[in-house]
Formats: sequence, structure tokens, C-alpha cells
Amino acid sequence: MSMDRLSVSFTVNDEARQVEVPPLARLSSVLREELHLTGTKVGCDAGDCGACTVLVDGAPVCACLVPAAGMEGASVRTVEGLANGRLSALQDSFLRHGAAQCGICTPGLLVTATALLEANPRPSEAEVQDALGGVLCRCTGYRKIVKAVMDVGTAGAPPPVALAGVGAAIPRLDGEPKVRGDDLFGADERPDDALSVAVVRSPYWHARFTFGDLDAFVKAHPGIIGVFTAADIPGRNRFGVIPPFADQPALADGTALFRGEAVAAIAGERDAIAALDLSAFPIAWEELPHALTVAEARNGFAALHEDRKGNVLLEGTVERGDADAALASTAVIAAGSLETSYVEHAYIEPEAGYAFMDGDVLVIKACTQSPIMDRDDTAAILGLPAEKVRIIPTATGGGFGSKLDLSVQPLIGLVALKTGRPAALTYTRQESMASTTKRHPAVMSATIGADAEGRVVGMVFEGDFNTGAYASWGPTVATRVPVHASGPYYTPSYRALGRAIHTNGPISGAFRGFGVPQAALMQETLYDELALQLGIDRLEFRLRNALRDGQPTVCGHVMDSGIGIAACLEALELHWARAMKDADAFNAGNEHRQRGVGVASCWYGCGNTGIANPSTIKMGIAADGRVVMHQGAVDIGQGSNTVIPQIAAEALGLPLDAFDFIYGDTALTPDAGKTSGSRQTYISGRAAELSGKALRERVLRYANVSDAAELSLKDGMLTVREGEASRTIALGDLPTDADGFVFAACESYDPPTVPLDAKGQGKPYAVYGWGAQMAELEVDMRLGTVKLIKITAAHDVGRAINPLLAEGQVEGGIAQGIGLALMEEYVPGRTENLHDYLIPTIGDVPPIETILVEVPDAEGPYGAKGLGEHVLIPTAPAILNAIRDASGAKITKVPATPDRVLAAIKVARG
Amino acid sequence: MRYAKPKSIDEALALLAEGSWTLLAGGTDFYPAQGNRPVRDDVLDLNGLQQLRHISQTDRHYIFGARATWTDIIRADLPPAFDALKLAAREVGSIQIQNSGTIAGNLCNASPAADGVPPLLTLSAEVVLRSAGGERVVGLADFILGNRQTARAPGELLTAVRVPREAAAGSSHFVKLGARRYLVISIAMAAARVVVDEAGKLSDVVLSVGACSAVATRLQTLEERLRQAGAPGDVARVVEAHDFAELKPIDDVRGSAEYRRQAAREIVLRALVGALAASGKTEDVAA
Repeated sequence: MSMDRLSVSFTVNDEARQVEVPPLARLSSVLREELHLTGTKVGCDAGDCGACTVLVDGAPVCACLVPAAGMEGASVRTVEGLANGRLSALQDSFLRHGAAQCGICTPGLLVTATALLEANPRPSEAEVQDALGGVLCRCTGYRKIVKAVMDVGTAGAPPPVALAGVGAAIPRLDGEPKVRGDDLFGADERPDDALSVAVVRSPYWHARFTFGDLDAFVKAHPGIIGVFTAADIPGRNRFGVIPPFADQPALADGTALFRGEAVAAIAGERDAIAALDLSAFPIAWEELPHALTVAEARNGFAALHEDRKGNVLLEGTVERGDADAALASTAVIAAGSLETSYVEHAYIEPEAGYAFMDGDVLVIKACTQSPIMDRDDTAAILGLPAEKVRIIPTATGGGFGSKLDLSVQPLIGLVALKTGRPAALTYTRQESMASTTKRHPAVMSATIGADAEGRVVGMVFEGDFNTGAYASWGPTVATRVPVHASGPYYTPSYRALGRAIHTNGPISGAFRGFGVPQAALMQETLYDELALQLGIDRLEFRLRNALRDGQPTVCGHVMDSGIGIAACLEALELHWARAMKDADAFNAGNEHRQRGVGVASCWYGCGNTGIANPSTIKMGIAADGRVVMHQGAVDIGQGSNTVIPQIAAEALGLPLDAFDFIYGDTALTPDAGKTSGSRQTYISGRAAELSGKALRERVLRYANVSDAAELSLKDGMLTVREGEASRTIALGDLPTDADGFVFAACESYDPPTVPLDAKGQGKPYAVYGWGAQMAELEVDMRLGTVKLIKITAAHDVGRAINPLLAEGQVEGGIAQGIGLALMEEYVPGRTENLHDYLIPTIGDVPPIETILVEVPDAEGPYGAKGLGEHVLIPTAPAILNAIRDASGAKITKVPATPDRVLAAIKVARG
Repeated sequence: MRYAKPKSIDEALALLAEGSWTLLAGGTDFYPAQGNRPVRDDVLDLNGLQQLRHISQTDRHYIFGARATWTDIIRADLPPAFDALKLAAREVGSIQIQNSGTIAGNLCNASPAADGVPPLLTLSAEVVLRSAGGERVVGLADFILGNRQTARAPGELLTAVRVPREAAAGSSHFVKLGARRYLVISIAMAAARVVVDEAGKLSDVVLSVGACSAVATRLQTLEERLRQAGAPGDVARVVEAHDFAELKPIDDVRGSAEYRRQAAREIVLRALVGALAASGKTEDVAA
């Protein structure tokens, strides 16, 4: 037998199928590419993530590890086989519990849980965890998944969507396709005639390169259509999320500045690319000296970018009062330093998409967090006017900041533009991890002083953030960190410095919190130190210093209302007392295992820092009586496709089931900005509120009634009722605009901020969110392992537009905070996979109690504040503080892996 | 490249005799090693060999066919000496991996962190290697030679792993140390098998440690000291006094060498205590 195609007959979801495939083709490819069953997702191609789980003869297996040849006569069940006309009880339970966020891991979880439930219809929590331990989820924090599986068939119906305005805990509106497995992600769609694209990347951290005979290479490889390099880029070969700092080439031009940087794109027929051996590609490398750490890069190492001396990309400063003088004369001082590691976003969906020409318009369908930015940067690279590039976001399988930056877009765009044929590219897991952005590793030091009454008098902070080879969001981190490094505490004198430093390491960009989670680790661990020195309860110490309405922030921003940190800390008080008692009781009877409790807070400004950041939402009532919303805020799992409509429905006064949606498509929806900076609920939500109210106003004016009127829609008739009076408008009889709207509104909102001055003083954000979390855990004093017992999280969301989805954000952020604290360490060049790079599994996230605090904000829609990033900021410092409480171990580098914890325990014991 | 999926062992051995093949069984190491590169090697697919998927017994041995999966092992009816192996089986990747991955694949892949190896060492397991020229049996300790190196000759097929009945005595336990709960490669692991006589004395002790040297290692000096001590109440003291010089741990992303050495002592003790508790013949021994 040769490697030729083999005929394999098997059943898929009880249907007989026959395929002609190479015998070693992975079952996942056979399902997706031959049978077009794209519900089975591919996250790693290595058995590390479980996204591709299917049942073969009833047993869950990773379809990426099963050879097609083994399928003869087998029976396969995929996510497509779970619903039978309507959602299965499990799918329904996932939807109702909010167990699916982005939805990329959902099919694998559903299939695995189906096998569990068929063997064991009432599993315990431990049994659910054991069964689902092989499927990674990066969004949910797993708690709602566990509950969804345990509650199958038992929970009541959700509140009807029709009545769901602000405050309703409705399931996500875009959730059904996610649990059915037919939501289309970046890799799930590709035209039959699409070329595949393979990317040649630098194997070195810093190297010059020259190409050999590329034409000969193309000629020698039948099916390869062309090789494209920097020389082929028609526009400006420089991109970047912050235009003044744009410095990254789509394809490196002669010199690569980091390992994994793209240097050439090879386009060819699908089979030819699949069979291509990149080691034969004609390129000569000359390795150059490299710097991977801040210490190396700052110590006389040649500047990576000429105009950035000392490899300093940007330095951000906030200064208020005389911090040195305050620290010199105060009662107690705590000083320390702390280091963090590269953290990988590890969304389960690698970057993917395809591009094609629609007339003279280049259309790109890919996963993204920022369609308009993608459009503008891709157009600039390809030398096209912005209106000749159209970005249609696919469902996006997690982003967390990294899918704000371009990845596949310029490469597939270039191939489609040059060849006239559609071009598709799905990053491999290794490619995704090596080439896309990370959380900045930080080296920080700080000193905080307090008076004898336990009031913080001053703080000095300095942090170097390894921003890697290109700018990406480095400037944002350097700016945001000094603004936030005080924590949500009144700090009368303050000096903070954040630097973004270039190295030849992976590019550090945006990751949930933009450097603030790192800075919070520094500040919150020193707060514990101060409280211990003063002999004040650690929660009480924080309450004493919590920022109050009317007190200036470190930027001199005075808010008269809406500061919710004290309310969050107070919400933890009873839990804190209980937890301390529990830990003491446990510790009295144990020596080798010790329990501890820790607390930490967060504050986080929503939207851009002191610069414009508008969103626009368009909506209207169409002639057929449907409300249509052009909703450009990309939902990457966080829930904006549900929350923003809830706000609009509330403002308009019509039920959500009257709504249809046109989601982010740069040709159809106005700019609702990027999904970043915890801004969508607040900023796009506010634009939706304004738009909904304007639309309502138009209808009311037309009907000549007051705002007390009630609207209803039925069969193309709009009824306006005020008291006894009622008027019915036959929408079909009225003229429509270009969008097909009889009544239309399009409103924008831009947060009222004041730019920061040279000392970082101003009003950087119009809205902040606040929170505090408490971690209870157990340290194995002999192994240094940490077992989390419970996280209690109090977050001030201003107004919970959708409490179910808000809880989902909290739980998911906490899971990422757990990873940051305990296990996530991306080692450049060594952990480019999901078995060496560890993210929390279903067994690593303890029970989470979420307390939603509502201190209304004057700017936010219906009082709402942002939440998405806030939620992971307190988790890691609360865990570190609890580790110290339990064991005495002072952790100075995260993650607090068992070896680091054990070493710190030894240091603490002297 | 060539691809072959023989139906009989003889057919497989004939193919192995004529060239160099990459062997494919459960696929859980084959595909990750392949990455996204096209398959270039000649591949011999063993999944047509139904006769290699069994767990059986003879008068002298417990026998695991090469293709027995970890799930097969978890479900098999085996004496308590195999509990450590079953515990290890539950720690191999995930249920998905346990349903595909095979015992022979785990041994032939020869990862220093292979979960199956420490418990099999405590069971004095042997591997049966067949070739067109005949059959030989090699002790597991002599089979795995180093990181990704085994004594399997290119023409040989590992057809079975067998455990002598005399080594299947007593009770056992396995402890895995990793940085997360599931789907984790061990920082270190330990397996212990103990035989406690009617008088409550330790009549036999077998210990091994994985991921702390290029190949999982038996701790024969410590075993001997524990046998001499004899009293289950003495194990903590004896383990504490041992220097663990057998181990040659390295620094890697999962942990430092120094940590591994410290942790090994602790998990060996916990494996021992667990095995003693499972014997049901001793008072609780505090770890």
C-alpha cells in the first residue's frame, strides 16, 4: 500500500459516509475538509486542547490524533449529531447557564459531556471535572460548564427574551449557533477555489536574510503559484495598532527582529501547500546578536529601531505631590520588587481567515477584535484606499487583546490581491504562539509608606515592561501602568514610571488589563506588608485607604460619584471573617498543609487613556416591522452581541425579539471601535442607548405623543399607545431610507476625557470599574503546590445589564488570573504549544462566588461600567497574598510554580 | 513514503525486516511529533493487529498486549499491585488520550516523563520484542536507554508488556506532581509497591521515580534499607535519611533540578504511605 488515497467507509452521526483520503489524514481534517462538518474545531493538532473531541464508537478521542485509516467501519459522533431537530438537553443547559462564551471549545465539551452523561446521568462535580479535564476553555473559567452538565434537564426556563431589557439575566442572543456547533469561526469557511497560504518565519531572534531563486522554487513545486516577499508589498510595509508608532512589517524586509516573524508568504493549491516541506525554501540566514530581556536590551545593546534610544519605546509618568518627602518621614515603609513572565493569550482558536476580491474590493473574513483598524492597516499595507477593503469578522474564538493586532489579514489580502484568487490561512498553534502578541513581562519595584493610623501617604513605582520587537500596544502599557499602579486607593503623593522596552523577544501587546495586572501584583503585595507591619487587618487596611467620592486619583481626577471600591471591599467583610476562621481552624490540626486567605483590589479606566474613543450605533425600524441594529462591536465571547442590544431595547422601548442584527462588517456597520479597554458595554452601550432613545424620539414625534407612550410592533404595524389613545402606523406605507428604514437613528458617543499633562495629571477616563477579590487556598508545605479552595469576587459594575454574562466575565477573568498567578510562563522558543505552556484546566478553578455591586456611574448607560479586564486584576495578587498568609512565602516572581513556592517557604523559615 | 497496515504480526515483522519504519499505534505521540509537516517517513500502522489489543494472564505472567490502551488498563480486573499502574493510567493526558494511547507507545516513545514507566518498573515488567528472526524478552529497565532511546532494534516489534506473577504481589500507589490538575506533564512522579506480611512487617518494597532523570529509576538502595528496617512506622525516617543520589534531575520549564530532588523525596514517601495504607495491614502511617 502506498500513501495514495484510501477509501474509508464509516458512519457519522448515524449516516453512512465514504471518503477517499490519505490513510494518515487526521480524522479532524476528514470531518472538516471532506465532509464539511466544521463543528469539530481544531485548536492545537496535538491532543493538548480537546477542542476536536468526537466520539468514536462511543469513546471520546481527539480527532486530530486519529488516522483516517482506522475509521473503517467505525461510528463517529460529532457536535452536529447532538441536536435532533432541537437542542439536546445538554446543549440547552449550556446555553441557559452561559457555559458557552466564544464557543470555540463548546463542541468538544458538549461531545465529551454527552459521553459522560450517557454513562452517568447524574455525575458529581468531581466526575464532571474528571470527564472534561481534557478540554481547555479560555473564556468561561469552567464553573458554568460544570453547572450546566450537572443541571441538565433540571433547571427551569430562562426569562423570555421578549421582556429582556437592562438587568435581565438572559442567555446570550448569539448562543444557539455556538452550542449547535454551526457558528462559523475563522477556519470554518473557505471557498472551494481558495489558494492556501504558508508563511515562512524567522527561526532566529535576530537575523539578516536573503532569498535564493524564488522563481526556481515555484517552478520546482507543482501547485505552488507564487512566493510573496516584502518586495511585493504595494503599500507601506509598516503597521501597528497605534498609528504614530507603526513599525511592524507585514513581511520583514531583509532583517527579522524576532523568532516567528513572517518573511515570505507562499501561495498554492491546497494539496500542494499541505505537502510542502518548508525546509527546502531558498533562504539564507545570518544570525545577529539578540537581546531577550530588558536588562540585556537596555545595557548598551544596539537600538532595534533607530529612533528609540536605549530601546525605550515609551516612558509613561504620573507624578503628584512629593512622594520622596512623604516616604522619608512616615511611620512605616514597605519596599519590594517583583517580576512577571510572558503570558500567552492561548485562545483556543488560532488566527484564521480568507480573503477574496469582490470586484475591486478586497474582502477579508477573519477572526478579529477590531474590524476598522484591520481595514485601515491592511489597506495601507496593500496600497489601497480604505473603502476598497472590507472586513467581515467571523465568529472569534477568544481574543483577550491579541486579536486586536493584524495577523493573517495582510498576508491573505496580499495573495488575493496579487493572484485574483481567494486565499485562506489558518495559523498552526505553534505559529500562533510564536508570532502573535503576549502579556508584557514586567520587572517592577515599588515603595509605599503609611502613617501610624494606617493611611497611605505616598508611593513610588517603577516598572520596565518587555515589549518585544515591535511597538504593538507597548505605548498603552507604558501609559496605563503609572495611571493605575496606585490601585484604587487614595495616594496623596505619588511618582510612577512605566517603560516599554524593546527586545528581540515575542511582541508584547494587549492582554486583558494592559500591564495593570502586573502592577497590581506589586502594589497589593506591598499593601499586605504594610498592614502586617502596622498590625492592622489586611482588609481593614484597604478599606481605610479606599478612594472615596471627592478624593483625587493619582492623576488628580476628582469624581463626585460612582467610586465603588469601598462598597466592593465591604461586600467581602463577612466572607473575610468566615474565611480567616476556617483557615485558623484547619491550620490548628495540620502541619504539612496550611491554609491562607488573601485579598486584593482593582480599578480600571474604561476606554482609551485621555484620547478620543468614539462608538457609533445605527438602528432603525424597517418596513416589515423589524427593528434592525447595525452593531459593529465585535463579540469575541464577552457578550456585547447581547448586552448592547439589551441596552438598545430598553432605550427604544421595544422587545428584543423584534430585533434583527447586522454585526460588524465594515461595509455595513458604523465604527463601534475595538473590543478592548473594557469599553464596549460602556461606550458602544452608551451609543446604543443614545441611538435607541433617538429612534424612539423619532417615532414619538411622528405619532405626536409624549415619552410616556408605549410602542409595540406586530405584522408590519407599529402601534403607539398613550393612555387610552392609540395610533397604529402601517410601516409598509411609509417611505424608507437607503438602509430600508422607515424610522432611523445613528448616534455616537465619545467619553469626555482630558489628556494627561507632562506629570500625568488630567482626566484619563470618564468611567472606571472597581473590584475586590478574596482567595482562599491551601499550600502543601513540603511540595510547594497550591490548591485553591474558593475565590470570592465583588465587582462594581455600576449596573449589571446582564448579570448572567457579567458573572461569566468574572469567572473567566479569574481563571486567567489563576493562570497568571500559578502556572502561565511563556518561555520564548520553548513553550510554543499547549502542553509546555499551561493554562488552567477544569480542575484548577475552584468555586467562585460573584457579588455584583451596583454603584451607578453618571456617564455609563443606565449607570453601567466596564468589567472585562477588571476581573483578572485582583486574582493573582489575592492568591499571592493568600500564599504568604498560609506559608510565609513571599513570591517575587510569578507564576508561583511549586518550585518557586517551596523555595520561598524555605527563605521565610530562614 | 510508504504506508502499510498489516493484518498479522508475521506480516508486520516481514515489513519491519525489509526497511526502516515509523510505527503508528494510538497516534498520541505520532501526530504531535509530526506537527504540521507532511508525513515523509514510511509508516507502519499497527492498528490492524487486533491480536495486540488484550490484557490477559498465563500461569507465570500478567500480559498487556502492545495496543492495550490506558482505558483498557483502567478497566481491567487486576490485583492491587497494579493500582499504581491504574492511577498512572488515569494521569496520562486526558480521557481522550487514555482512549487512544497505548502501553507500548508510552514505552517506545521513551519520554523521561512517561507516566506508565514508574509503576511498570515497580512491577518488574518486561517487554516482549519480536522480529522476523525470533523473540527476545528484555527487562523494562534495560529497554528504555535514555531520553527517547530504547533497545528496540529497527526490525523489532514490541508485542507485549508482561509482569511476572511474583512481582504482582502486595499493594501499590502512584503519586504524580504537576503544575495543574489535568493534561499535565509531570514535574516528578513516584510509584511504590509494598508487600506486608501477616505480622505487619514490610517484606518487600519496590520504588521508582520518574521525570527526575533521563529514564525513570528504581530506588534499590532505599528499597533495601526499607526492607531491612521492616517496620512500616520507620518509613518516614528511612526515606528522610536517603540521599536520592540515584536521581539526575534537570532544570526545565516545569521545575528546577533542586526542586525535583526535594519533591522526589516527598512523593516517594507519599507513594509508600499510600501503598501501605492500601495494604490494609498497617496502622496509619503519617507522611
